[in-house]
Amino acid sequence: MPTPKRKLLQGNIACVQGALYAGMRFFAGYPITPSTELAEGSSRELPKIGGRFIQMEDEIASIAAVIGASVSGLKSMTATSGPGYSLMVELIGYAYITETPCVIVNVQRGGPSTGLPTKVSQSDTMQARWGTHGDYTAIAVAPSTVADTVTETIRAFNLAERFRTPVTVLLDEVIGHSRELITLPEPGEVKIYNRVKPTVPPEQFVPFVMTPNGVSPMASYGEGYRYNVTGLTHDTMGFSTNRADEIFPKLDKLRNKIMNYTDEITKIRVEMMDDAEIAFIAYGSVARASLQAATLARQAGVKVGVIQLYTIWPFPDKEIQQLTERCKAVIVGELNMGQIVTEIRRILPRELPIHTMQRYDGDILTPMQLLEKLQEVL
Amino acid sequence: MKNLMDKIVLPSDRFEMRLSGSGGQGMVLAAVIFSEAVGFGSSKNVAQTQSYGPEARGGASKSDVVVSPSEIFYPKAIKLDLLLAMTQEALDSYYSALKDHGILIIDDVLVTHVPTDDYYGLPFTRLAREECGHIMVANVIALAAIAEITGLVGREALEQAVLARAPRGTEDKNKKAIEVGIREAAKLKAKRKKK
Amino acid sequence: MPVVEKQRSDVILQYLRPKKKFPSVWCPGCGNGIVMGALIRAIDKLGYKRDEVCCVSGIGCTSRMPVYLDFNSLHTAHGRALAFATGVKFAQPNMKVIVITGDGDALAIGGNHFIHACRRNIDITTILINNFIYGMTGGQGSPTTPAGAFSTTTPYGNVEKQFDPCGLAQAAGASFVGRSTVFHTPQMEKMIMAALEHKGFSLVEVIANCHTYYGRLNKQGDPVAMVNSFKENAVMLGKAQTMTPDQLKGKYVIGTLHENKEATEFCDEYQKVVDVRMAGGKAR
Repeated sequence: MPTPKRKLLQGNIACVQGALYAGMRFFAGYPITPSTELAEGSSRELPKIGGRFIQMEDEIASIAAVIGASVSGLKSMTATSGPGYSLMVELIGYAYITETPCVIVNVQRGGPSTGLPTKVSQSDTMQARWGTHGDYTAIAVAPSTVADTVTETIRAFNLAERFRTPVTVLLDEVIGHSRELITLPEPGEVKIYNRVKPTVPPEQFVPFVMTPNGVSPMASYGEGYRYNVTGLTHDTMGFSTNRADEIFPKLDKLRNKIMNYTDEITKIRVEMMDDAEIAFIAYGSVARASLQAATLARQAGVKVGVIQLYTIWPFPDKEIQQLTERCKAVIVGELNMGQIVTEIRRILPRELPIHTMQRYDGDILTPMQLLEKLQEVL
Repeated sequence: MKNLMDKIVLPSDRFEMRLSGSGGQGMVLAAVIFSEAVGFGSSKNVAQTQSYGPEARGGASKSDVVVSPSEIFYPKAIKLDLLLAMTQEALDSYYSALKDHGILIIDDVLVTHVPTDDYYGLPFTRLAREECGHIMVANVIALAAIAEITGLVGREALEQAVLARAPRGTEDKNKKAIEVGIREAAKLKAKRKKK
Repeated sequence: MPVVEKQRSDVILQYLRPKKKFPSVWCPGCGNGIVMGALIRAIDKLGYKRDEVCCVSGIGCTSRMPVYLDFNSLHTAHGRALAFATGVKFAQPNMKVIVITGDGDALAIGGNHFIHACRRNIDITTILINNFIYGMTGGQGSPTTPAGAFSTTTPYGNVEKQFDPCGLAQAAGASFVGRSTVFHTPQMEKMIMAALEHKGFSLVEVIANCHTYYGRLNKQGDPVAMVNSFKENAVMLGKAQTMTPDQLKGKYVIGTLHENKEATEFCDEYQKVVDVRMAGGKAR
């Protein structure tokens, strides 16, 4: 039966829709293939709801404006692709240390450098974790379908607001540019988090106060709190410090507010793993090829399953360890020269064979390639 | 297991098609319109993808549409059920991706060397110019032919989808294109039945 | 305008952050303090509420100023103050956004943001303290270091040419451009007031002394000698217009150099778009 609520949406546009659902009111960006539709879509939609879009002079300026808008109280996002993400990383670090919620979408393409602008890749996975200098803990999510892109973008905003931290959405060219028929969630269908606001009077306000969960209530400029925000390592009042008894707690806070809640941030999809002897582990568009390959192999009588990672960072160590306990081998497919597989090697026992299937020519891994690898492993 | 690949049976409920030609012929737009028509006319799932280079015009252009009643895992074509080739280069590039006995549709003015007798040939570009008054709608004639040949979308859903995307003032040309595409494809179908 | 006669130091103390640890990072005799005093008095005279003022800065000696002031403050990354400030202003158009920057911060690493903020004519007041050198990192050459001048990275004399920040801003589209020096404090204060009240992008360039590096490396003497040299070499705009380029060599032309009250402002123009779209206007 026809379902009129379904819309054919491109992945990049679905990302905009998810952001709007989550409450995005500010977007700053700079054109770059294959992410540009996110800027175009935001420029069309935001003025209709009183939001703001600005095309900045480069990607550095884009993330700067996003952080400025976020401390001024608006849920903010930027979107880019490899080279642009590289330009942004210094200021993503500024968002980490100032604990400013914001969402950065990276529609991955082949690199390094200008690389393959119109071709797919997953080679910024490690950059999303380690891109900026210094010590910090990152959150990154990876959708694999157009429908996922809506829900994962909403989740990215929720995580950013809840933990006062930048969150990266790792899209890739295939998902960003593919179109699928999806149904957008109704208002109220998905829970939306907003940053916790201070309840104390301004004279008692401690902008980076230590709290049990590590998240300090956040005032917006103009609300009467008049506090200092700086990229220098700072004390709880927001003033720069060189004291060990203030530096340790600040950096520990950046880590613990996320690592203590890993269980609530982690999201994976598990298919056909109950009796699986072999597991495909994948994320993004490769997860789709893996699901296809596993389904076909099951029909041919092979006990194979799929673990799909929606949360890439923090890495779902525990879940993967438990799910693969009875496996005889795992196959990790990626569109890079081996990034997430280093995490898999870190967490799985040495005696468990870890096979890789890597493609970095700008095309997606096909189910047939994964099946051929599976045939080798069997 | 040395013979896993021999045991693999491609899913029978997936229909995979590729619209190919050169940049500017509207292959991606045609794929988008077809996908929307599937949405208007059924509860099936659709995934539409494309590959493209830096050229906005000219150069090879292709777009895949996968239609399935169940969840679409892999979004691109694995082995094509249908190939539309609007240029010789497109046919040469993608013919090998077509299943045995898959449906091949070509513009038989622009494509002259076809490695099989089993195909539908229509002069899409010429029909567009001569019957509809603009070569821009050649892709719509092709879509209508695909709809008629496969039965994947009905005429009403296709018309709804085409008109939703048609620039103002081109509605009549597009309606005419659908009519021409269905008419010509129906003729070809009838001929093949006789054979 | 409320005229309240107060001791100058009383006014200044009222606007310094009570919980910030002093002393400041600035050397004794630094021109930055003079500019900070003028800014405070200008804001006090204009009667702005502190919660409605946001000072944004990048990295450098000058960029520490917002941290000492009891307003909303955003101390950001090197060169990026104007980009952050654009986000703040666009998100909160009623906020008085003031960018405090130096010559290296604004014109080298931040040069692109500078010209684009001017081009948009976004309603931000930028106070650019020009001391011809990088102070915080120890006296390196900057985009305003004069040809031939010495710095720790131009030990044999600068072979590059200097930027004219005011000319650059005007050419890029800023609608208020003025120059003063740390000697001409009353004029500077009035110019800052005019800039703050101007709707659109306003630039106040203040020539200042870095005796610690620029003065020492170029044998220009102590703070008093340097400030005196600004007095001697400053030429009011009116007089400058009667002088030849040769006569103007080594002089600082001061005063309001450019003002355009008709230029449309970025946030206003965007708000018009929002108003039409929210009323249901269809995209073209």
